[in-house]
Amino acid sequence: MTLFVRRNLPFLLIFAMGAVAPFLFPDISNEIAVLWLMILFASTWDILGGQMGYNSLGNIFFFGAGMYICAVVQIGLYYDVGMYTSGARTTHIVFTNAQYFTGFALGTLAGGVGAAVLAVAAGFILFGLRGPYFAIGTLGLAIAAAELISSWEWVGAASGISMPVFPGAPETQKLFFYFLLFALAFVLLIFLRWLYSTNFGIALNAIRDDEEKAEAMGLHTRRYKRTAWAISAAFLGVSGAIFANMTGFIEPRDIAFPTTTFNLYMVVMVLLGGKGTLWGPVVGAVIFHTLKEVTWTYFLGWQYVALGLLIVVTIVYFQQGVVGWLMEKYPRRFLPRGTQQPDQRAIGLAPQPEGAE
Amino acid sequence: MQHILGNISILTAAPVLNLGLLIDGVLIGAIFALAAYGLALVWGVMNVKNLAQGDFIMLGGYITWSLGRHGIDPLFGVAIAPVLLAAFGYVVYRLIVCKVITRDLFTSLLATFGIAIVIQQSLNLVFGPDTQSADAHLPVWQVAGGMITLSAPRLVGFALAMLLAAAVILFMKNSRMGQAIRATAQDARAARVLGIDTEKVYAFTFCLNAAICGAAGALVALVWNVQPFLGTTYSIRLFVIVTAAGIGNLPGVIAAGFGMGVFEEFGGFLLGAEFQQALIVIMLLGVLAYRQWQYLRVRQAVQ
Repeated sequence: MTLFVRRNLPFLLIFAMGAVAPFLFPDISNEIAVLWLMILFASTWDILGGQMGYNSLGNIFFFGAGMYICAVVQIGLYYDVGMYTSGARTTHIVFTNAQYFTGFALGTLAGGVGAAVLAVAAGFILFGLRGPYFAIGTLGLAIAAAELISSWEWVGAASGISMPVFPGAPETQKLFFYFLLFALAFVLLIFLRWLYSTNFGIALNAIRDDEEKAEAMGLHTRRYKRTAWAISAAFLGVSGAIFANMTGFIEPRDIAFPTTTFNLYMVVMVLLGGKGTLWGPVVGAVIFHTLKEVTWTYFLGWQYVALGLLIVVTIVYFQQGVVGWLMEKYPRRFLPRGTQQPDQRAIGLAPQPEGAE
Repeated sequence: MQHILGNISILTAAPVLNLGLLIDGVLIGAIFALAAYGLALVWGVMNVKNLAQGDFIMLGGYITWSLGRHGIDPLFGVAIAPVLLAAFGYVVYRLIVCKVITRDLFTSLLATFGIAIVIQQSLNLVFGPDTQSADAHLPVWQVAGGMITLSAPRLVGFALAMLLAAAVILFMKNSRMGQAIRATAQDARAARVLGIDTEKVYAFTFCLNAAICGAAGALVALVWNVQPFLGTTYSIRLFVIVTAAGIGNLPGVIAAGFGMGVFEEFGGFLLGAEFQQALIVIMLLGVLAYRQWQYLRVRQAVQ
């Protein structure tokens, strides 16, 4: 029993904190819910960015895709989507309890599955690209989605969709979505710990360290890359579906595919915490989100400028991140047993051989 | 779908319109080519993909626009914006870019993306989110019964862009610094061994690129319009041009710049202006897919 506790101490702590947080701090339970979303963002980004070495700048695409797929399924099950989203609609549409929850469940499922399918499809096009080309290609994917959805009348174009209203008191709604996001983030962390310990996780690291060699060793690298992206996308899709219902309104440019906010937060949180580690993204998300929420009101409109500066400073001066720094400073305490040296490539410190790129 | 077919039939019914679109495309394309040359320069010499390129352009555009607001002829912006931007580029280089040059490419990409966000948001706070355009009070002519609009700002923009491009190319070919830049691009280590101060070359290249962006931005403000968040679109557009042509392929970059201008004019006419951004991004995905297919035949990856 004690061994179990010792091995899973971080998880037990997180579980305890997550479970009591909304009751201890009911005023900021929404902010804590968004913190779980941020942890989801950072950890899913790290599957590719940290473990596999493919730095995507467009993972937000799957978040938004999950939102829109969920919305279309949720509404389309009972009403005509074009009619529901049309600006000329005058009738007020109310979803019954059963309609709301079946729609939400099926929509969330469809959002996750749909995002994973899209990831596999996009992988066929984008995984032949390396390095910065991959980053720019994925960024293009997200921007293209935002632009196309903005001019697609059927899903409400740029004016977005008002999601079905949650049947229940606002307090219940808050707790309901809080626990959904918390559960999803918790499941993701447990899943990732398992995943990184399997051969699959080792294969991802092999792709990061030297893709040509990995391929020469007989790994079907493209299949691994697509699967990893699909896993990442599935979680993002589900979180998008939940977040869409939590905010009650979706819109392409600033909520579903915000390429310069959420999309960049992912990367910054991972770099801040330390990429290529299980806990780095979590630490980064907590630090980043807390900083952002605490200091936001003092910047008077300059928040986004400050955010840009934070990105630049993190990248230029502190790229190994908190966990990477700890590993370097106290290798005995923080490195996994049997590892002598910190994984230089994982924390972004490896000197690039000249002409390698 | 319906209105696209309608637009195509308009074009076939009045062939003169095609000519008008072509002229507009070429005139705009000259500015794209100029800015794309700057991007290719930094990319080739320093191996930094500058995602803030479009925002440098917007910065130059806003400088020109403010000149116009303070009663100075915005045409002077073409001379003033490059100077200010070169100074700005030097600061950015010293503070940020020179620290990421030796790191992996994603680092520099992300750092320049961060710079892009800082510039965008600052412009938005200082000048507001509205679309602005500098008016140099130049005439606009209607040719062929009003079917073709020839605007003097565009012609002036074209001429200046060509002139600047020629000046930069001559500078790169003949001057001592230009030779040093080309030598560094070929092999930085060998250049260092032969006594070239590569650090200085990098700083100069980045400033030169910022100055080119300043000039391009001034022209954009004169012939088109500027808006704080248009920068990303420009960056992607220039990236498409350089990727399609290949770095180090100067005639290719210029041709692709013109091609992009013409493509956008026709695309915007056929699909409607609201699809313009989507069109550019889809063009990006298309070019990347094409490049990948090209490399796949020799079993290489685009990197």
